[in-house]
Amino acid sequence: MESMGNIAPSTLSVKDLPWQILWNKEKCTLCGNCTSVCPVRAIELGVHRKRALQVPIGLEQKATNLFSVYHGIDQRTDAAHACVGCGMCALVCPNSAIIPLRADESDKLRFHVNQGGEPRRRGGRRNAPESVLDKIKFVRISMLTDPALDAGRHEFELRTLLGRILPPEEMLKASSDNGWMPPVREIYPLIIGSMSFGALSPNMWEGLQMGVAYLNEEIGMPVRICTGEGGCPPRLLKSRFLKYVILQIASGYFGWDEIIHSLPQMKEDPCAVEIKYGQGAKPGDGGLLMWYKVNKLIAAIRGVPQGVSLPSPPTHQTKYSIEEAVAKMIQSMSMAWGFRVPVYPKISGTSTALAVLNNLTRNPYAAGLAIDGEDGGTGAAYNVSMDHMGHPIASNLRDAYLNLVKLGKQNEIPLFAGGGIGKNGNLAANAAALIMLGASGVQIGKYVMQAAAGCLGSESDRCNICNIGLCPKGITSQDARLDRRLDPEKVAQRVVDVFLSFDAELKKIVAPLGRSTSLPIGMSDALGINDASAAQRLSIKYVL
Amino acid sequence: MCRLFAITSNEPLSPMAAIRAIDVMKEGHDGSGVGLFLTDLGGEFEKFKNEPILSGIFSNEGIKALDRFMIDQDFMVKYKLSIRPGKNPPEGTPKRDNYVIRVYEYPAEWEGLSKEEIQFRLMMVQLQLRQMGEKDESMLVFSFWPDVIMIKEVGDPLAIAQYLGLDRRELAARVIMSQGRQNTNYAINIYACHPFFIQGFSTMTNGENTAFVPIREFLMSRQFPGYTGYQSDSEVFTHIMHYMQKQLGLGIEMYKHIITPLKDEELDKHPNGSWLRKLKQVCRPLIIDGPNCVIGCLPDKSLFMVQDSKKLRPGVVGGRPGIFAFSSEMCGLDAAIPERDINLDDQPMKYETLLIRRERQEIEKWNQWETLPHLR
Repeated sequence: MESMGNIAPSTLSVKDLPWQILWNKEKCTLCGNCTSVCPVRAIELGVHRKRALQVPIGLEQKATNLFSVYHGIDQRTDAAHACVGCGMCALVCPNSAIIPLRADESDKLRFHVNQGGEPRRRGGRRNAPESVLDKIKFVRISMLTDPALDAGRHEFELRTLLGRILPPEEMLKASSDNGWMPPVREIYPLIIGSMSFGALSPNMWEGLQMGVAYLNEEIGMPVRICTGEGGCPPRLLKSRFLKYVILQIASGYFGWDEIIHSLPQMKEDPCAVEIKYGQGAKPGDGGLLMWYKVNKLIAAIRGVPQGVSLPSPPTHQTKYSIEEAVAKMIQSMSMAWGFRVPVYPKISGTSTALAVLNNLTRNPYAAGLAIDGEDGGTGAAYNVSMDHMGHPIASNLRDAYLNLVKLGKQNEIPLFAGGGIGKNGNLAANAAALIMLGASGVQIGKYVMQAAAGCLGSESDRCNICNIGLCPKGITSQDARLDRRLDPEKVAQRVVDVFLSFDAELKKIVAPLGRSTSLPIGMSDALGINDASAAQRLSIKYVL
Repeated sequence: MCRLFAITSNEPLSPMAAIRAIDVMKEGHDGSGVGLFLTDLGGEFEKFKNEPILSGIFSNEGIKALDRFMIDQDFMVKYKLSIRPGKNPPEGTPKRDNYVIRVYEYPAEWEGLSKEEIQFRLMMVQLQLRQMGEKDESMLVFSFWPDVIMIKEVGDPLAIAQYLGLDRRELAARVIMSQGRQNTNYAINIYACHPFFIQGFSTMTNGENTAFVPIREFLMSRQFPGYTGYQSDSEVFTHIMHYMQKQLGLGIEMYKHIITPLKDEELDKHPNGSWLRKLKQVCRPLIIDGPNCVIGCLPDKSLFMVQDSKKLRPGVVGGRPGIFAFSSEMCGLDAAIPERDINLDDQPMKYETLLIRRERQEIEKWNQWETLPHLR
């Protein structure tokens, strides 16, 4: 034991940590699985000396000490090695001898994760489990005036449109004049949102792509996936599967050398191009791939040196105004594919979203707008950005939709909503609520990581180490020893499970509302919420 | 479920013909209201084919305000049919001061205006009057249009017709649409009563349209002042037809393609599939989600009937050259035209549009799978 004088301000005890390891000496076999699997080395094999007092009966013999040694688990308490609660130790323990438990009060670690003046960075999502979307109910049930549909037997048209849609008058004119019509894609309204090759492990990426390809080619569901900023493996760029992919360009332009060079060899056009101006998890901040994850493969695809951190600038540096940044970039990207590919921006949920949207309404090439709310996830960001920056998606999306309604352009610029959809597992209900608030579709990231790959993260700060490449499930790591824990085939299978079950649940929502002939975009009369101010803000019914 | 009945005949008929058919179908409506649309008028109104007719309900105060307004606008009353209701209205029917049917002479300064401009101004006058009377319900205006009379009231259809004396000689028409109202979803509001009217187009509908709100938002954002009201989810059917014909310039054969477009995989097989797919995309907010049977009358006086594409409501068309009727129940048709060949009766299915033109010679049928005439 060190003397008391050595206690530093950041010296913490196990009690001060957010997670405490409960270890059972009786059950432990000392196999070492837990210490070797722990991603942050929070536990280590400890050799413990134990004293037992031996007090013989009578006075003849004096009491003696009996010293023994036992082996077991020590929990480390320094900030860099504090348990993150991932629970991998419990997963690998053959005897269920170990488990991390959450502290019974707010931890003290949070005050010390800024050693050297560097604030906490992490991956994951906003640490706030509540969700307005979860509170929205579907109250307009068709009963006798309009008999409800049978989700299992009726046919449902649940596709949505991605692309600029002309007003009917202009479409008829363009058609009679043989004029240009913007490209429009008929897609499934649940999109796998942007998670880059680099943020995700190769196995995870491959699994997602395989799942998407299977859904399209075997099940007939036109599901689309966005690459995120980080390029796209050349083999995929030159394959027929590119049509299921939305290529993302962001302020770092990572990977776009490779994409541009592959253009002549592309057999198919990509589904669309997403220009990222912001993301919900860290609005106003650029993408960040920390050096831990920039290995040889990632470096090659992104066109950068190995082992350096890759922060994207907060904005597209070559542009200086909304007209430049949005209008001209959309036009340039459209031109790259001969105006055959929809190009749309993605922004973070923000009170300036309407300004961007209004600009888009005047740009004939803008194919839509994706808005990512504050609950969006990230591979790496400052904790303060994740927890405190950004706008909730529900009201932001609703404002944007009602603004379009005012302009009469609600069908012309499809809105896609992201950020926290399904954060508590209610994927279909959250998605349907957003669609009825005005979204043409929704983007998911964290949900698919959790459901398809077993991500351990939560909204109560569990795990969240996506940024340092140590993902214990191999989802966001770039270390082959970790990646191999994830079988791409099984990820693909789970992706298919997720979409099929989502489809069944979505039908279970729209069928009782009497809707089957088109996706009920903007059907706000179906929605109610047990919160008067939320009801007023979202222009939906207040129900109690 | 509402009961609908429409009849088109070479010989002008009393509105009672339609009311009696509605009464036969009584078990299907709760008598919470009746709506009548008369056009291709006979009787006294035969003489005023081109002058606008104002139809509505006015309080005594409302009549005064109406007169002041119309004089200011330089409209002159040319002919009027006064319906002074009796002292004791039927149960459930409110006591009204005046049911107005008045033919006006156009203001002098309208002379030389284009047809479109005149039609626009007539609609605006109707909207202004409606707005003026909205607060105190001193004016309830149903139509202001040449060769069109509309009557609406809350209560039992037959009792109201007798109370108002609709069997009078002056009142006759070759095309009559009527609705016996089953008031289920909304508060009783006379403006929610079918048939609905805009610039010569009128429709009435059975069943509920669950896609109402997005359709209403789309229509209201078209910047056309006539797309307003919407006390009933069925009013959008009239306005979609108007939008399609007047704003998009498309014919009746496109109505089904707008409200119930073919499914994506069906479009792959249609001879005009790629064009129709574009149309489906641009008119996506107008896709209805029935069950609905829509019966309507176009400005050229032809009557049509269509169904939604999934549940279908009852609807039958039958008759013989010279007279045809549309009915939501077979018994209504039987009561109106018993001496017809029932083998020639037709019930449109999910792809079809049935049409009887003003010549009243045959039931024309249009199927969504057919090649589009303007793309042939």
